[in-house]
Amino acid sequence: MIRVGAVEDAVPDAVAPRLEAEFGLEVRQMAALSDPAYAFDARRAQYSSVEIMKRLLDAAPPGAGRVLGITGRDIFIPMLSFLFGQAQLGGRVALVSVARLRQEFYGIPGMTHRLQERAIKESLHELGHTFGLTHCPDARCAMSLSTNLQQVDTKDAVFCAACRGRLENSRLGAAEQ
Amino acid sequence: MKTHWQILVVDDEEVMCESLAAWLREDGYLVDTASSGRDALEKARATDYAIYFVDLKMPGGMDGIETMMAVRQLHPEASIIIITAYATVDTAITAMKEGAMEYIVKPCNPEEISLLVNRIIKVKNLQRENQILRKKLARQYCFQDIISKNARMRAILELAEDVAGRRSTVLIRGESGTGKELVARAIHNSSDRVAQPFVAVSCAALAESLLESELFGYEKGAFTGATTQKKGKFELADRGTIFLDEIGDISMKLQLDLLRVLQERSFYRVGGSQEISVDVRVVAATNVDLQQAVEQGKFRDDLFYRLNVIEIKLPPLRERREDVPLLARHFIEKLSPELGKEVQDIREGALRILMDYDWPGNVRELENAVERALVTARSEILEEDDFAFLAARARPFNWQAPANLTLDEVERQVITATLARNSGNVKETASVLGIDRSTLYEKIRRYDIARE
Repeated sequence: MIRVGAVEDAVPDAVAPRLEAEFGLEVRQMAALSDPAYAFDARRAQYSSVEIMKRLLDAAPPGAGRVLGITGRDIFIPMLSFLFGQAQLGGRVALVSVARLRQEFYGIPGMTHRLQERAIKESLHELGHTFGLTHCPDARCAMSLSTNLQQVDTKDAVFCAACRGRLENSRLGAAEQ
Repeated sequence: MKTHWQILVVDDEEVMCESLAAWLREDGYLVDTASSGRDALEKARATDYAIYFVDLKMPGGMDGIETMMAVRQLHPEASIIIITAYATVDTAITAMKEGAMEYIVKPCNPEEISLLVNRIIKVKNLQRENQILRKKLARQYCFQDIISKNARMRAILELAEDVAGRRSTVLIRGESGTGKELVARAIHNSSDRVAQPFVAVSCAALAESLLESELFGYEKGAFTGATTQKKGKFELADRGTIFLDEIGDISMKLQLDLLRVLQERSFYRVGGSQEISVDVRVVAATNVDLQQAVEQGKFRDDLFYRLNVIEIKLPPLRERREDVPLLARHFIEKLSPELGKEVQDIREGALRILMDYDWPGNVRELENAVERALVTARSEILEEDDFAFLAARARPFNWQAPANLTLDEVERQVITATLARNSGNVKETASVLGIDRSTLYEKIRRYDIARE
């Protein structure tokens, strides 16, 4: 897990143990990367998620199965106005932005535990994609697609039974290789 | 269901292409990308994509609109979404005019794209399901599936297949259970109207006024209870086929209305003043002798000649006994899995019983008999004993014919008693009597029998 730019400790500290519990894998926190000025798009006043993910891949230490970046910057891809996160489907890198997971973004006073819960859900979601999981029709599953904060809050910070099964299969397949 | 559908993203900007493709893949779709209009066309020739995302501005001589038009020539059903960075009313209008499903301005809200794609896929799934069901239905009702080795029957089926392609009205005659509707559906399915609706109406099942509004529809306020406008069967069957079963039972007034539709191909809804034109092929069926009804003044001769352009007369099963073994084996094969039985065949002796029986209810009665035998069968082959109930039907030993009764009176009493035994349930009663529902309705009406 790598922070990209400034992110308060409370977020990665809450995310790491839950990832270990859900995926059954050791999570290590690396030194934070610098603020992603290289990815800044002045016209959109947002940061290109593709550029940040390239840097994350370069920064990944050998032996790390997956790399999860957590940034406080508001990220985008050209087609979409914003993203909560992005991942390589069946790949190695995932990125979560907490910019729009904060209530302050919508003019509501912030609550740390809410932010932590949402960051956990989106981290599970994006890492789930790296294990080949696609969006789940069950609105309570961490793999359901969220395009607004309400949908993030509706889902649970766990995978549904079906997605869990797929995850186990994917991990078994990877272990055999 | 998602993975069946493929999407193509077309944009000269690689980041744009790849990032949208990656985002859609997370949703479970198979997504390809193309970097130009030409590239897109090449891919469209090889793969049938359900949705195309096409950028409006692309260099290389082919912009988004041109790409869309070329793709639409290859795949008219494809849904194309035009993407642009700058919204102008003119390009939006052009895109929609040329058949774009949607026109979106980037960057776009993720929720919007997700809803749009889901909406398109939902429609595609329904279309595909509809297509599969239609195919299944057509297979179920085609001439090849009408089972017979009887020479007369084969000649009739050839005639039916021959007339299927024409527009002429067809009159099918035959006793109850001889398969009149089956032939009507096969005619429809072999005609160029196969993609359009086949609408069946049982004329005997409804009272005159109900039948009129059923056939022609009604306007709001046409009568008490007509709270909304309703389309009739003729409108629903537009460009397709309407099957009028038990046509011999309709009233003189309706005969006149029907004659008008056949002559002018137009009619008025009940309570309506606007003439409605339809293109409907009419296939009618009857189990009564219409010629005789005309002679008795019960049926209009002009309507009879209009209907009787092509006449198909289906023989009763007792006149094509050689088909009984074929049909019996067909029903075993069809019904056995439906009933969860493992019956494969039928003993020669049992077939003998079936061959000797008279089948007043024709093929339908035979199907019911096989079903009943299957339900009680204990082995993998149907035995003589499994059809013992037929012997009772054929030779009612302990029954004495009542004296001094007309046949009509006997029939009336039998129907009344059977209805009472089945608590007024017409479907059950018809099944027990070995006739179809519309025939039973007609008889109930003719003898004025109370249903309860």
